[in-house]
Amino acid sequence: MDKNAGLKITGAPSLEELHASACYRLPSKDCNKTLAVIECIEGIPCNPCETACPQHAITIGSEITNIPVVDWDLCTGCGLCVAACPGLAIYLKNYNYNEETSLITFPFEYYPLPEVGQSVTMANRFGEEICVGTVLKVLTLKRNDKTAVISVSYPKEFFEDVITMKRLKRE
Amino acid sequence: MSPRLVLAPGEGVEQRMEKREIVVIGAGPAGLSAAIEAARTGAQVLLVDENSKPGGQLFKQIHKFFGSKEHQAGTRGINIGTHLLSEAENLAIEVWLNSEVCGIFNQQDVWIVRDKMHSVTVQAERIIIATGATENSVNFPGWTLPGVMGAGAAQTMINLHRVLPGKSVLMIGSGNVGVIVSYQLLQAGADVKAVVEAAPRLGGYGVHTAKVRRAGVPFYTSHTVLEAHGKEHVESVVIAEVDSSWKPIPGTEKEFAVDTICIAAGLTPLVELSFAAGCEVFYSPALGGLIPWHDEQMKTSVDSIYIAGDVSGVEEASTAMEEGKMAGISAATSIGYVSSDDYSTKYIQIAQRLASLRSGVFGQKRMDAKLAIVNHQRG
Amino acid sequence: MNRIVDHPILGHLEETEMVTITVDGEKIQARKGEMIAAALIATGKQYFRRTIKLVEPRGIYCGIGRCTDCVMKVNGIPNIRTCITPVEEGMVIESQIGVGTWGRG
Repeated sequence: MDKNAGLKITGAPSLEELHASACYRLPSKDCNKTLAVIECIEGIPCNPCETACPQHAITIGSEITNIPVVDWDLCTGCGLCVAACPGLAIYLKNYNYNEETSLITFPFEYYPLPEVGQSVTMANRFGEEICVGTVLKVLTLKRNDKTAVISVSYPKEFFEDVITMKRLKRE
Repeated sequence: MSPRLVLAPGEGVEQRMEKREIVVIGAGPAGLSAAIEAARTGAQVLLVDENSKPGGQLFKQIHKFFGSKEHQAGTRGINIGTHLLSEAENLAIEVWLNSEVCGIFNQQDVWIVRDKMHSVTVQAERIIIATGATENSVNFPGWTLPGVMGAGAAQTMINLHRVLPGKSVLMIGSGNVGVIVSYQLLQAGADVKAVVEAAPRLGGYGVHTAKVRRAGVPFYTSHTVLEAHGKEHVESVVIAEVDSSWKPIPGTEKEFAVDTICIAAGLTPLVELSFAAGCEVFYSPALGGLIPWHDEQMKTSVDSIYIAGDVSGVEEASTAMEEGKMAGISAATSIGYVSSDDYSTKYIQIAQRLASLRSGVFGQKRMDAKLAIVNHQRG
Repeated sequence: MNRIVDHPILGHLEETEMVTITVDGEKIQARKGEMIAAALIATGKQYFRRTIKLVEPRGIYCGIGRCTDCVMKVNGIPNIRTCITPVEEGMVIESQIGVGTWGRG
């Protein structure tokens, strides 16, 4: 399977498509902030991310099919957009969580949820197992309506590849 | 209602004749929205549904909807459904469940059979048909085996009835229904082995396919299902690549051990009632096939009959609700409950919300198809 | 057991009153008010009926009462759509061949 074949062939956006889109930006290696990363590259009529952000850091505009753009000067990494996006297309990343690891905060709607401190398998856009991460936080707010927001630290070398966690086995 | 043959004393096939101002047929998102909008104007509304519970397909949509705030974006379909039901309750809308509409005569007499035993004819000033759509099928050797079912059937079992129809699934069709149900099957604890799409490109929204892909489910474009195998139930399935004339390419066969095959091959509007009632037919391949012709107010060629939702062309739940509002307010206005100024305001608001939902790369095709209907020069 | 007890969106399946129904002679427990087809799927039933000519197995297909693939004999009456008929205490459900036979036995 050719990972570069693109969104309409493999189901997942290729890195090339992401880098060419208006929404996707990956925080740089010198950046110490946790920032929102959006992978919503098709113009569908949808704007809850814009409405959810308390800092008004995400812009879609009056044409609700516009691709969302995050202003990293305004983004505080609060993660409200992560749960608000109906397409689960937003996560937060920080390259420099600490010396060895990066941070990802992503939406998760499966059972069971992991526990804080648990070692979990992290996956890429194709569901391939990439590395092991450590669960830092599992947020289940009522306002997020059953979309859990999970924070995991993972090895820096997989910074761009990792975007989610492999589902845990049900009993 | 337990099935029985012998009627108790006093029961029988009664012929009752009643009158209502507006009869809405179908209590899915379009019908509920139409009933609510009409009832708000003060019109007398009767909402009829053949099922034992209202909501149509809405209570199976456990994912968050798109759109904007005015479209209730970010809210799960099930919760939108609950809001609609409580609004209908607050307005004390009369609802007849377990009631099948068997015919519409003289463009006004709605023949209803209640609980499979009581026959009632309701003379209506206006009728709003919101009967939705039905799943298409794809036939292949072995498709009659238990375990082969519509994607909607699987969705009904997992989200409404809370049972898993199978543990290991092949999904046929990569439109939004196919990928959303694939995601919901994963949430329910099933394993989706693959999603097969005959076309060279996937049909559903990229954000939907991406969710499924990062759960490890592979997509096979330009592939079709060849045959299903099994003795009493599906045990395996064979797919193959197709060439540009949709013919399977020998040597490209792939076999999967599955116990379930879901078919998500599109929907077809349920138009029999509208056509039997005399509504003019229009052919719209982009919207699912034959539909009743309608104008911008959702009125058909029959002045007393309006339509809304998937029966008027297959789109989404959000457009169904807006069309329902349009039909509801238009019908109520036509019998004098709304001033023409108030109607103009409402009409513009609903039309704008509909246009917004029909924008963008996915919406444009639907927008063009809907425009082709209303612009059609009727004979 | 194919019941979805824990679901990330729908939550935990609440316990409810159970009823006893007989399916092809075997007594099973079902949740009061659930559709017959759901109760059978929960027990892992492989097929619901057989066709008359080729004696082939059939199960659910549309799941919403339109296709009649799921029909079985219920309390002596054949061709009942099990996907839209709720269970009741003491219900007797039997597989049928073809369009089935009327009456018990």
